[in-house]
Amino acid sequence: MNGTKIYINGELIGKCENPEDFVSKMREKRRSGEVSEEMNITYYDKTSEIYVFNDPGRARRPLIIVKDGVPLLKDNHIQEIIEKKLKWDDLIGKGIVEYLDAEEEENSYIAMGLNDLNEDHTHLEIDPSTMLGICAGIIPFSNHNSSPRNTMEAGMTKQALGLYVSNYMHRTDTRAHLLHQPQTPMVKTRITNVTDYDERPSGQNFVIAVMSFEGYNMEDALILNKSSLERGLARSSFFRSYEIFERKYPGGQEDKFEIPGKGVRGYKSEKAYRYLDEDGIVNPESYVESGDVLIGKTSPPRFLEEIDEFGSANEKRRETSVTVRNGEKGIVDAVLLIETVEGSKLTKIRVRDTRQPEFGDKFASRHGQKGVVGLILSQEDVPFTENGVVPDLIVNPHAIPSRMSVGQVLEMVAGKAGCIKGERVDGTPFNQNIEEEIKMSLTDNGFESTGCESLYNGMVGERIEAEIFVGVAYYQKLHHMTTDKMYARSRGPVQVLTKQPTEGRAREGGLRFGEMERDCLIAHGAALALKERLLDESDKYEAIICGECGMLSVHDKIRNKIYCPICGEVDSFPVEISYAFKLLLDELKSLCVFPKLILEDKA
Amino acid sequence: MEDINQKVINKVIKIAKKKEAKFPESYIYDIAEAYDRRELTDKELETLIFRIKKAYEHSKVESGEAIGTVAAQSVGEPGTQMTMNTFHYAGVVELNVTLGLPRLIEIVDARKTISTPTMVIYFDEDHRFDEEFVKKTASTIAKITINDVLDDFHVDYGQMNVEIVVSPEKVKEKHLEFDDIILDIEKSFKKHIINIDDEDYSITIAPKLDKRTKNGIQIRDVRLLADKLRNLQISGVKDVNRVIIRKDEEWVLHTEGSNLKAVLKMNGIDKVRTTTNNIHEIYTVLGIEATRNAIIKEALNTLDEQGLSVDIRHIMLVADMMTVDGAVKSIGRHGISGTKSSVLARAAFEETGKHLLHASIRGEVDELTGIIENIIIGQPIPIGTGSVSIMMKNK
Repeated sequence: MNGTKIYINGELIGKCENPEDFVSKMREKRRSGEVSEEMNITYYDKTSEIYVFNDPGRARRPLIIVKDGVPLLKDNHIQEIIEKKLKWDDLIGKGIVEYLDAEEEENSYIAMGLNDLNEDHTHLEIDPSTMLGICAGIIPFSNHNSSPRNTMEAGMTKQALGLYVSNYMHRTDTRAHLLHQPQTPMVKTRITNVTDYDERPSGQNFVIAVMSFEGYNMEDALILNKSSLERGLARSSFFRSYEIFERKYPGGQEDKFEIPGKGVRGYKSEKAYRYLDEDGIVNPESYVESGDVLIGKTSPPRFLEEIDEFGSANEKRRETSVTVRNGEKGIVDAVLLIETVEGSKLTKIRVRDTRQPEFGDKFASRHGQKGVVGLILSQEDVPFTENGVVPDLIVNPHAIPSRMSVGQVLEMVAGKAGCIKGERVDGTPFNQNIEEEIKMSLTDNGFESTGCESLYNGMVGERIEAEIFVGVAYYQKLHHMTTDKMYARSRGPVQVLTKQPTEGRAREGGLRFGEMERDCLIAHGAALALKERLLDESDKYEAIICGECGMLSVHDKIRNKIYCPICGEVDSFPVEISYAFKLLLDELKSLCVFPKLILEDKA
Repeated sequence: MEDINQKVINKVIKIAKKKEAKFPESYIYDIAEAYDRRELTDKELETLIFRIKKAYEHSKVESGEAIGTVAAQSVGEPGTQMTMNTFHYAGVVELNVTLGLPRLIEIVDARKTISTPTMVIYFDEDHRFDEEFVKKTASTIAKITINDVLDDFHVDYGQMNVEIVVSPEKVKEKHLEFDDIILDIEKSFKKHIINIDDEDYSITIAPKLDKRTKNGIQIRDVRLLADKLRNLQISGVKDVNRVIIRKDEEWVLHTEGSNLKAVLKMNGIDKVRTTTNNIHEIYTVLGIEATRNAIIKEALNTLDEQGLSVDIRHIMLVADMMTVDGAVKSIGRHGISGTKSSVLARAAFEETGKHLLHASIRGEVDELTGIIENIIIGQPIPIGTGSVSIMMKNK
């Protein structure tokens, strides 16, 4: 209507008459440094609004500014950069490069490369791959992949084991994984140069054959070569750190690190304390299993004890030792003895466990192709090539076509070519013309340009009729491992309140028979199977019900008499109910509701 | 069916009786027809009936079968798939009709006001192919406001009045009369000053000075008047907004908005096939049996449209439950689940505290005959294998 509305960080602050002019002036000011380079401005002509943003939390990316179809970045700049006379901040300061946020991108016309550039363009991409972030930038040939696969990989690469920090030996992370002998990827991208991925890699180069094998790699399962694993492929360490200090209590009492004496309340078995040194702390390099005590500790009693017959308060300390977590084992890696700020004794203990790949461990390539180990095959039985190369990994060909992760195929060929030539290959996305080069180096070294080879059955030595695609790809071991998840229970602890089994693997809990599972048994009419699940295997309870008033009776075990607190010694009957129901009745009573059970003979 | 000999039918009935087969009527007719067409011998007929009886009894639900749970699962499972493909709108040309999961929820919840009520109007045999008649009916059903027949419209803030010029062509096109329009206006704006100029079809309306407008007529009053005037309905059935005329095999009207009662009163309309998707309207106009059928039809169509096939018997069970006691009940807190006889079953579903409190006030007794109750207390549920028990013979 009259004037264009201007919003700064979403707040309306004014209007202007000449929006186009205003916006371009603001941009000039940003480039000249008059206004902070963090400012972004967008003009929407349809709604006649100008948005200015300078708040934190916007994703911005750098672009080269283009004027009249010519980029402002000139050869002399590049020369100066090479000579290290010019820095990145200088480029921004000179108004050659600027950062755009998602909003301002709407107002710009960005050329992908120099060849596409024309008069209308406002910006030029520094490189097409700068549009990718750290995770997506790791993927080689990601422009050949379907987008969901790239998204999946960007998420999965965060779960990959590797050299997560270089000072891991001085750290006490509660939990940490470390890949043994990580390798830099054979096929790299230019983005990994910027992120120093080669300094902290998170995977290894596997020789891969794409074929089915005895059905053990159906549905994304993987077949690993046992000898490769024994040579240390995909081996990792798991560290868990335990931490405890001698707590001081009001009244001058405090915890004490020691090997608890037999009189201590809650004394475990002698066996549990066998690794403890005199000071009550384990020795390094001792092999410990779940239940073993790492730090022996006793605490003062929670309540003041009764005075015994001799008139003295008999102090009985409680056992509060730290034990190895349920289901875990390992070797004590480091023992640290330090002090808290208050001056109490503080101990940190790191336990290390070696993880050789086993059935069910999860692996993924850099193309969203994840799978779990389905078979670990002796090297003798793995198919081998004419040259005697035995693959580390066999993946199923069905994993490729429907997912359209062509990048993986390219990576495998490129990886193979790189291995032959003995140099790393650049797999930066949107980099053209690499295909021919790869093909050439393969054919020059006597391989098929397609990467296919004849394989021989490792068990009988027959040539496999089909040509098998063999290549080298970077695989990541992900931190979902069988040992951390494998669990079963037949009997075990129950909750105090409900007498139902506890929940969760860490608490040795039961496997929940949930609502939908219950519905299934109902639908099948399996009444007794259902009762067994929900009652006999859970919180079965024999309640004694008073025949007069229908309330719970009491069994006096000393006099061996059953009586009702209301009606006295009248007829009471045992009834099999779930403890949860008994609890419901009790809770109703606490709400002044009087639930009664009317008993009848069983029909 | 008429061409089948009554004698043949009697024969089938007789054999069926002999074989102790209790067939529905339509089966008897079908068998008789097959007997006639295939020229079966009596012995063959007997075997046929025997085999059909076997298959018929085999397909019956056994006693103790958890049909409710199975029905819930059979409708629920496709329901989860519906959430995923989100094409919840589709329809006839410009007509948007809620489909998919939102529609299914609407049906099952027995909503009083549905999001997109629509009618399908058929015509009787005499008018099925009469284009002129159909178009005329359509224009009487469709909502027409003053705005639709205007040539010019003007709000004069100087005079504090609203002037409209009606277009005679548009009036004629819509099968209306100028005088009727004036009558409508006069009826709705009794408290206003109306000036009518018959010559050039212009009407001027101004608010009258009264108690409410004693401080003089405000601009706001004139504006409100203008809006009210423009949206004044001069023709059409109440609650029906638009009508779309379509011809497939015959002429059919689709409407946006629904008023079954008014439409059924009109002439030339097929009262049997004309229907609405508003289940509550069917209930008030046609009764509970029709409602049951409407629920079945609507639910089945919704599922069908999404390419999901659910056995009609599951949906019939749902519809039966919703209509058993003569009024439409929803499935959920305010309907079936909320009116169960067992306290424990109700408390287990929703509003636990409320149900337990009321039960304790009234001293309710739970007979523990249902499934949920028995799961809670830890007894075998009275269904399937749990529905049998041993009885001692009384000597």
